[in-house]
Amino acid sequence: MAMNYNAKDEVDGGPPCAPGGTAKTRRPDNTAFKQQRLPAWQPILTAGTVLPIFFIIGLIFIPIGIGIFVTSNNIREIENPSKECEPYRRNEDKPIAPCGAIANSMFNDTLELFLIGNDSYPVPIALKKKGIAWWTDKNVKFRNPPGGDNLEERFKGTTKPVNWLKPVYMLDSDPDNNGFINEDFIVWMRTAALPTFRKLYRLIERKSDLHPTLPAGRYSLNITYNYPVHYFDGRKRMILSTISWMGGKNPFLGIAYIAVGSISFLLGVVLLVINHKYRNSSNTADITI
Amino acid sequence: MERIVKANDREYNEKFQYADNRIHTSKYNILTFLPINLFEQFQRVANAYFLCLLILQLIPEISSLTWFTTIVPLVLVITMTAVKDATDDYFRHKSDNQVNNRQSEVLIDSKLQNEKWMNVKVGDIIKLENNQFVAADLLLLSSSEPHGLCYVETAELDGETNLKVRHALSVTSELGADINRLARFDGPDTKLMQNSGKTKFKRTSIDRLMNTLVLWIFGFLICLGIILAIGNSIWESQIGDQFRTFLFWNEGEKSSVFSGFLTFWSYIIILNTVVPISLYVSVEVIRLGHSYFINWDRKMYYSRKATPAEARTTTLNEELGQIEYIFSDKTGTLTQNIMTFKRCSINGRIYGEVPDDLDQKTEITQEKEPVDFLVKSQADREFQFFDHNLMESIKMGDPKVHEFLRVLALCHTVMSEENSAGELIYQVQSPDEGALVTAARNFGFIFKSRTPETITIEELGTLVTYQLLAFLDFNNTRKRMSVIVRNPEGQIKLYSKGADTILFEKLHPSNEVLLSLTSDHLSEFAGEGLRTLAIAHRDLDDKYFKEWHKMLEDANAATEERDERIAGLYEEIERDLTLLGATAVEDKLQEGVIETVTSLSLANIKIWVLTGDKQETAINIGYACNMLTDDMNDVFVIAGNNAVEVREELRKAKENLSGQNRNVSNGHVVCEKKQQLELDSIVEETVTGDYALIINGHSLAHALESDVKSDLLELACMCKTVVCCRVTPLQKAQVVELVKKYRNAVTLAIGDGANDVSMIKSAHIGVGISGQEGLQAVLASDYSFAQFRYLQRLLLVHGRWSYFRMCKFLCYFFYKNFAFTLVHFWFGFFCGFSAQTVYDQWFITLFNIVYTSLPVLAMGIFDQDVSDQNSMDCPQLYEPGQLNLLFNKRKFFICVLHGIYTSLALFFIPYGAFYNMAGEDGQHIADYQSFAVTMATSLVIVVSVQIALDTSYWTFINHVFIWGSIAIYFSILFTMHSNGIFGIFPNQFPFVGNARHSLTQKCIWLVILLTTVASVLPVVVFRFLKVNLYPTLSDQIRRWQKAQKKARPPSSRRPRTRRSSSRRSGYAFAHQEGYGELITSGKNMRAKNPPPTSGLEKTHYNSTSWIENLCKKTTDTVSSFGQDKTVKL
Repeated sequence: MAMNYNAKDEVDGGPPCAPGGTAKTRRPDNTAFKQQRLPAWQPILTAGTVLPIFFIIGLIFIPIGIGIFVTSNNIREIENPSKECEPYRRNEDKPIAPCGAIANSMFNDTLELFLIGNDSYPVPIALKKKGIAWWTDKNVKFRNPPGGDNLEERFKGTTKPVNWLKPVYMLDSDPDNNGFINEDFIVWMRTAALPTFRKLYRLIERKSDLHPTLPAGRYSLNITYNYPVHYFDGRKRMILSTISWMGGKNPFLGIAYIAVGSISFLLGVVLLVINHKYRNSSNTADITI
Repeated sequence: MERIVKANDREYNEKFQYADNRIHTSKYNILTFLPINLFEQFQRVANAYFLCLLILQLIPEISSLTWFTTIVPLVLVITMTAVKDATDDYFRHKSDNQVNNRQSEVLIDSKLQNEKWMNVKVGDIIKLENNQFVAADLLLLSSSEPHGLCYVETAELDGETNLKVRHALSVTSELGADINRLARFDGPDTKLMQNSGKTKFKRTSIDRLMNTLVLWIFGFLICLGIILAIGNSIWESQIGDQFRTFLFWNEGEKSSVFSGFLTFWSYIIILNTVVPISLYVSVEVIRLGHSYFINWDRKMYYSRKATPAEARTTTLNEELGQIEYIFSDKTGTLTQNIMTFKRCSINGRIYGEVPDDLDQKTEITQEKEPVDFLVKSQADREFQFFDHNLMESIKMGDPKVHEFLRVLALCHTVMSEENSAGELIYQVQSPDEGALVTAARNFGFIFKSRTPETITIEELGTLVTYQLLAFLDFNNTRKRMSVIVRNPEGQIKLYSKGADTILFEKLHPSNEVLLSLTSDHLSEFAGEGLRTLAIAHRDLDDKYFKEWHKMLEDANAATEERDERIAGLYEEIERDLTLLGATAVEDKLQEGVIETVTSLSLANIKIWVLTGDKQETAINIGYACNMLTDDMNDVFVIAGNNAVEVREELRKAKENLSGQNRNVSNGHVVCEKKQQLELDSIVEETVTGDYALIINGHSLAHALESDVKSDLLELACMCKTVVCCRVTPLQKAQVVELVKKYRNAVTLAIGDGANDVSMIKSAHIGVGISGQEGLQAVLASDYSFAQFRYLQRLLLVHGRWSYFRMCKFLCYFFYKNFAFTLVHFWFGFFCGFSAQTVYDQWFITLFNIVYTSLPVLAMGIFDQDVSDQNSMDCPQLYEPGQLNLLFNKRKFFICVLHGIYTSLALFFIPYGAFYNMAGEDGQHIADYQSFAVTMATSLVIVVSVQIALDTSYWTFINHVFIWGSIAIYFSILFTMHSNGIFGIFPNQFPFVGNARHSLTQKCIWLVILLTTVASVLPVVVFRFLKVNLYPTLSDQIRRWQKAQKKARPPSSRRPRTRRSSSRRSGYAFAHQEGYGELITSGKNMRAKNPPPTSGLEKTHYNSTSWIENLCKKTTDTVSSFGQDKTVKL
């Protein structure tokens, strides 16, 4: 934008101060603030300032968009198909732990992935259960109730949510991933923004750079079906995805960036043409005050 | 109204429970403040609305937001307004007390006791001394002056500083030596208070528009609520039904329709932020800021009286930028009420300075030494004359010059007096005469004293006593006054002064050459806006006079047709006059009046002069300050005596006007219907050519009757200038009301006296001229300053800026809140219409009052499009305000659409991105809370970029506020999402760790950047196209200003005012009839030496009539202070 610091050095043109003390006290101070003469930058939308912005946006956004789009396309995906407790606060006169509708509806299918090797013995792929939840959720937000070593003791007097198969203290054998700090539970409790959502289920770690994480071959997916979706026409998918600097596959952002960038570039061209064509009419030279 | 009062009997009078004499202008006292103020505040649509919302939020079933989101801003708003009202009222109390506690002397228990004016009761007898304030309506019982006369100054009532005579009833006049007066009407019943009308709560048109818009928005809100509620019902029955395993119905919530009903209310609560409560507070704060700028403006500070401009009302500032009509008082407002003898023409020769040009004239004044007067000891020191030729002519003994000055010294109604220091003091009843007599005095013809029979003057050092034989008094039809005197040599002379048109007809044919010469001179004087009088004399022969005098006495004694006969006799003797010359007196305009008037007319503001003065005086001033010019196509004078006549004259004038107009514009009368007005017949015609309308008080009274007023208004609005003379304070207010009501125009009234109070109060904006004696106008006004010329700066700079800033502020504010709130609406379609908020509750609470309030306030207070100097130099810049272009319903819709677009971008770009998103480490980031944080951050950045685009004057304050707000947003965000605060209030801050997680993801920032660009880009395109293809005047001047930066703009070019020089004649004296009789009767003279017996007889014979006459003739003036009421004692 056009920079123009307008430091007015003009002195007040008012009448000279009358002699006498009273006159001085009632006379307003001659400060730039009170006289509304503060130095100021007065930007104006001129062709010189605005048009480059359009081109810059175009030139920056389109590459970003292409970058995102390419990155996103390189991400390989393999497809296969609550603070409120009410009304799930109590069941059979015992408090539910964890309470609430969100917890009650927790996803509880189990998925297992096997590589079917040449020797036809399916080799299970190691799926990491821990590290799928946010650090703050695991370490700050969700805490197990205080008490002794035995988790079952600590949850004594509570009952499991209605739809759950197992009580909360039996979610995992690892004591660091059990109870309220079970990461599957934590991930589920971080509610999605939109009705269609994806959540991280497990991590497949690359063991070494020499070996591919998932070597080419036949795989079988073993699903323990606990979570019914047919009665609300729901669909479940399992996605195997790589990740990149921008996270998972997301074609929208790339396309949107390319679109906005192109529009901006185009507008720049159009405005340039308009500006050239009509510059005479908006010439400032004819203004006389 | 009949009142029964027993003088000096308080017990008896108490029975009638007359009002006390306390003046109340304040609204509250300590006890009533809270209830009344709260009541007033909740009368505001918005406040009441928020109260309802608050109540809704307390119902758990529909509470979708916690209570603090509404109550925190509401309490803030109410408190701030209450504090402001309380301070305002405190100052009103203070000024009331000042008036109420003035001391008076009241006769209580047959003793004179000091009593505060507020404790004076109806029927009290009060002793007043010279130069005391009077704070009640009084009946004069007796005075120390002979014949129970007393002189009162009514500056506080009408702004006129000349003295008015009041006389006691003859029955009571003998009672006492001191001035005793009976309190008649008290407190609220005084003429002043009755005239002043009620204090109305003034609102600006923006205020009214805002209220309408708030109602519209409320309707819009209900529509959105209904849509979402229907959506909810459908969702619950179609989709929600399938989820009953997870989401079963609450108790008592068994149907989808009922669920929809509850959702409706929940959404009303959520979406209420489209009308943020902070809107009203911000508007008040901005106005307060603008008011301070007015108070602080050194260019409106009058150093001579140490008076700064003062914004007494802080709620009307932007209306100052929309004024279409100015109603101005004359005396004390346009003029200084000082008359000075400027020039004269004696026997065909002009004396006095020769002004070629305004500037040159002042140069002469500075360079030239004023004339040394002959008799310095007796000269009036304030009088200055710069032409030495006149003095020389006097010294040379030019008989014509001597005679001329003699007329000035003899033919007048001035009374002389000597003060304690032995100086000669003139008691003048019209300042014009004072100017003439003072001029004669300084040139050596000193009026020393008079008796009913004689006038003594000192002619160049020698005392000469003239016998006063007859006094031919002034009246409105005669427009002249003459005296017949016998000089010591025994010659009888008639000296006459009067309006040139009248007097020229009375001249002897031999004067023809001189007449044409003098006539030219008079034109020249008139061209300078001076008040002119012709001076003539006639030598009478003894016999002729005796016969004439006999006839006059007969006529005086006659009972029938007395006045007519006397008038005939006056006619008879005032003929065959010899012209001596002419005088030119300047009714001194206030400084800069002409420039101000010219500049304001260029700004398309129509100026109407409403004055209590005579027609001639008013017209004269009209010419003097360029409101009336000779270039005008026509000047209509309406002077009918009844409704039919007035209507006839109005219609004729109108026909005349449109006829001429048709000729000028070849039959094309362009009709421009601005709005469907209430009065169907009123169509604003754009008239080519300038016209002026002059109407006097009598005609105005008829013209204001219901069936004539449309004619009046129509005609008046087609004229460039309107002058109403001899109008009462009430009529002033009626005229203002008329224009206000049927023109839908914003009006401003400016005046200095108490007679302007009602006008000041009824206009949208009232301006008082301060620094003068009368305070009433200032107390009733919304703005006050010391000089009329400051009006230009008040309107063109402060008013324009205020309007400009306020409009920008409102546009932005509505935009911002639509963008902020409507996101909830879009989200409704993806959350099962469950009234879930998109943002964190804290964000909703703080968005309007913390994150985005300061930048827009800074813009609303400090923004400037063009500099003050350019605003003044280019009055056309004022027009957008008058046409209401910067903020109106159309603009509002544009703002709303802009807001809707932004909310769409804000919601759907993150939606698209989050639809299928995973974090950099594969973790889940498309959760609700991250979505909320992303959108909130985008929103804050988008509205900040938008305010940056809107701000056209970036002071350091704007920088601090804009960057500061963004910084504050992020610091608060990270604080509220920190582990620490979660540890303390785990339930209030469930967003723990969110900011840290989301805002470290690159793709979140990519979303924010994209959202920002997509929201702002179209705005930049539109603004750019508008500025470049259809630039407004303001845009052009901004560019020009920028181009001028390098080379400082040349000093301001003031509009040159060109004086026309046609001849207007008029006995333009603020003169009252009847003083002649007063003088010849000797009633107003102290009996120093007993008058001769014949005089006594004469006095006796006259004594009844002159009082009656005076009464009769002064009713004009009296009635101008309100309907005079009869009093029964």
